[in-house]
Amino acid sequence: MKSRRVSSGRISSTPVHFTFDGKSYIGYEGDTLASALLANDQLLLGRSFKYHRPRGLITLGSEEPNALVTLGTGAKQTPNTRATTQELFEGLNAVSQNRFPSLKFDFLSVNDRLSRFLTAGFYYKTFMWPKSFWESVYEPLIRRAAGLGRLSEIEDQDEYDKGFLHCDLLVIGGGEAGLEEALRAAEQGQSVVLCEEGPRLGGMALFESSPIDRIEVLVAKLQGLSNVRIMTRTTVQGAYDHGVYSAVTQNTEHLAKPRENTPRQTLWRIYSGSAVLASGAHERMIAFDNNDRPGIMLSSALRGYLNYYGVLAGESCVVFGSHDDARKTAADLHAAGAKVVWVDTRETHEKIEGVESYTNARVVDTRGRHRLAQVQVEQQGRRFWISCQALGVAGGWNPRVQLTCHQGGRPKWSSEVGGFVPGVNLPPGMRVVGAAAGDGLTGNWKPVWDLSVTGPAFVDQQNDVSVKDIKLAHQEGYVSVEHLKRYTTLGMATDQGKNANALGIGVLSQHSGKSIEDVGTTLFRPPYTPVAIGALAGRSRGKQFKPTRLTPSHAFAEQQGASFVTVGNWLRAAYFPLASEKHWRESVDREALAVRNAVGVCDVTTLGKIDVQGRDAAQFLNLVYANGFLKLPVGKTRYGLMLREDGVVFDDGTAARLSENHFVVTTTTANAVSVYRHMEFVHQCLAPQLDVHLISTTESWAQFAIAGPKSRELLQRIVDLDISNEAFGFMACAETQLLDGTKARLFRISFSGELAYELAVPTRFGNSLMETLLEVGADLGAVPYGTEALGVLRIEKGHAAGNELDGRTTALNLGLNQMVAQSKDSIGRVLASREAMVQSTLRLVGFKSEEQILTGSWLIPQGQPSDQAHALGWVSSACYSPNLGCYIGIGFIEQADQHMNQKVRAVSLLDNIDREVNVVSPHFIDPEGERLRV
Amino acid sequence: MLINHPLLGPRDAQEFVYKGDARLLQRPDAMVEDSLERFTDYAYNRDNPAGIHRELWYHEQGDRSWLVVTRNTLTHEIVGVELASEVRL
Repeated sequence: MKSRRVSSGRISSTPVHFTFDGKSYIGYEGDTLASALLANDQLLLGRSFKYHRPRGLITLGSEEPNALVTLGTGAKQTPNTRATTQELFEGLNAVSQNRFPSLKFDFLSVNDRLSRFLTAGFYYKTFMWPKSFWESVYEPLIRRAAGLGRLSEIEDQDEYDKGFLHCDLLVIGGGEAGLEEALRAAEQGQSVVLCEEGPRLGGMALFESSPIDRIEVLVAKLQGLSNVRIMTRTTVQGAYDHGVYSAVTQNTEHLAKPRENTPRQTLWRIYSGSAVLASGAHERMIAFDNNDRPGIMLSSALRGYLNYYGVLAGESCVVFGSHDDARKTAADLHAAGAKVVWVDTRETHEKIEGVESYTNARVVDTRGRHRLAQVQVEQQGRRFWISCQALGVAGGWNPRVQLTCHQGGRPKWSSEVGGFVPGVNLPPGMRVVGAAAGDGLTGNWKPVWDLSVTGPAFVDQQNDVSVKDIKLAHQEGYVSVEHLKRYTTLGMATDQGKNANALGIGVLSQHSGKSIEDVGTTLFRPPYTPVAIGALAGRSRGKQFKPTRLTPSHAFAEQQGASFVTVGNWLRAAYFPLASEKHWRESVDREALAVRNAVGVCDVTTLGKIDVQGRDAAQFLNLVYANGFLKLPVGKTRYGLMLREDGVVFDDGTAARLSENHFVVTTTTANAVSVYRHMEFVHQCLAPQLDVHLISTTESWAQFAIAGPKSRELLQRIVDLDISNEAFGFMACAETQLLDGTKARLFRISFSGELAYELAVPTRFGNSLMETLLEVGADLGAVPYGTEALGVLRIEKGHAAGNELDGRTTALNLGLNQMVAQSKDSIGRVLASREAMVQSTLRLVGFKSEEQILTGSWLIPQGQPSDQAHALGWVSSACYSPNLGCYIGIGFIEQADQHMNQKVRAVSLLDNIDREVNVVSPHFIDPEGERLRV
Repeated sequence: MLINHPLLGPRDAQEFVYKGDARLLQRPDAMVEDSLERFTDYAYNRDNPAGIHRELWYHEQGDRSWLVVTRNTLTHEIVGVELASEVRL
């Protein structure tokens, strides 16, 4: 055995069974997948991104660039899981990625032989031509060849949750520095949240051979405090404004059988008074030839696998570095019984008894096909090969500064630390302590960057970016580090440059002759580690993401077999088909005819309703609406036209004056929210002196349109009020009650153009009111009608609706300019008087045709080309009119007077339709409005 | 971001709807001769300062207060929050 378990380290020795690429293995409880594979001498874990080179793990933690595997199958399949953080559990099933047909024999490893062609910018330069090949040939091929794991493309069936936390202090990182900070604050009475990415507190100390008693004491103290919330397996992902942090807890990733209904992950939003970043540091590589073979890892990882997991990566090991960290690794490996060679770039170092060491020396190349076999050392011009199974590289430390950058802070180079440390511009309220601040990382050493001779010497193993790519990019003029990143992809993908950035900048500095300060650094953005989309969505999926609002008479409509349509969040009945009806038009025509000839009932609850009360209610509406409201008598309703301040029509509706200081306003369904917001704005921001109060009552009242010549007869059977034309004329309104005592509001308003009422009752009575109306009106021929018939009726009447009030049309365009009172101030009046608006000849007109007219058609004069330059206007709404027996539409046309009663073409290029239509008045039915008033 | 609501204390910015420059509070007189010019300026012209900015936020998922928030657009620091109805009065 080359790589094996020598003790149980700091974990237990309970066996755990798992599989990797179909083969069964045994690890220990407390292992990560990486440590268990290493203990089983499985070093080859994946193939690299571009060249398909064999790769193994190089780190101990979440910064791992290579050891990415796919976990689980089917909907549970999770690609790009870092084996170095995935805790082992019984039955874990992992497969390697980016190889075909197998890890050991991968066809595309031929790319490695071609690597001298596949340099930075290769794709940009090579696959330029022919253009049509990009999407059809090149991109699919490249995507297949290059890449990480694959998605299952099955909907994620796991549950995710969101949580909110408030604390005085957030401590990020459960290492010694973080534990001390947490304890200090907690003992002062602060509420503390401590987030640790791993399963266990203690940080890097756990991976050292020295005792951890001190850590254990700290942890025990913290666990005894009720004002400390310790959250392990929780990664703080982002630092946002005003002390808000995001974090993700992995609740079940480490469990063989998670308890039912446990969310897989929880996304936390943490509101902190202040924060301490104690995220520590991680080591980095050195760029020498073939520095990526399985068995080559960071010196601290080699040591950590030994001390924590009890895994010795090789009987003979080489440790290489320019830093004293290498010494610790060499000493621990030696103590564990390995044959160790220590290669140090420094002139001198303190020797370790029994360890062969070379100073002023460097590793320049390696050999070994699927794993490391030999290391070439150069000392004073002399080169020689050393056989070994593992190589630990101590290239210096990178403080984990990521979160310090999330508010625009830029890390600064510290030559004492030999790494980037937090800059001065930290997120407000954040302090950085411990290794993350560079503490304890200073020493007598000089960073070593590029030792490559012929290459490839990798800088970013995850993206297969080598020294050669950086040199080439520099040669081609990519001098800015930001450009370098984008050209070479250095620092992209799942590890986001945790390993590569500092090394890449060092290599660029070495070759450009610029100092590292001058080369600069790229910034880190959230998230710190990859976050599952499911965690961001939380429970906001499907109906939870877009709730469905049901109308009060929904149950009735369902019983009737209605066909439903989605209107915003609402589900409304579109039409109510009878068993004999085969086509939706049959139902809609029947409903529309029933309204014109007898009576129909439609649920119009979705219209926005705003209750307006106060001594100045009338004055307020007078400001909000373009038309006047001061003189509206109690017991009357008025149509109201609302403009935006820029003079364009915003919304329309009715306002009913129930008493001197009490109005009920309706809005269109689509604008219920925005009109309410606008009215609050007008009140609070523009006219706070007015005594008026607003409340939305959309959901409090179920409202039904009862329309048709027999509507009065029907209503009189259930309403406890004299509704004769004399007693309750057109536009009357009243607070009343039904014969059974149910309180109600009645409005004599009409959208259909027929004699019509709208009757409102408290929402809970809505469904039974609908049933009652149809039961009581059966002998009158009462039918329920849906949104389709509603649309037909209003188009026949020429009433503008959402399609006409599209945010571009003015009162003048709609033919409603007489409503804009000039004698008073109202929102939008002044800007509606602008020259261009006043001179517009665009008007709402109607169209008639024997053939179907399509909404959205452009109006083109006869004999002219069908293009925008010749367009006269457009069709905004269209339908078949069963009452007229032909197709009709309404829309807008320039020079409406000249085109009236003329023919134009309605052209839809999308549908390839070009038809003649007659331009007519938009009021197809009862233009004088007699039916409304009978 | 957190907005320190004068009545409700610190609330997450997610509860609010943003409208923009608080100069919208200074709606011109509509009944004077040059009202068209004034309204054109009012409706269309905005300063876009890099720094302190007074702006309108609506607590739609809350108590429906319109607030005037004084915010540094460079740092997102919020230095003042007032009820719009009181700013105006």
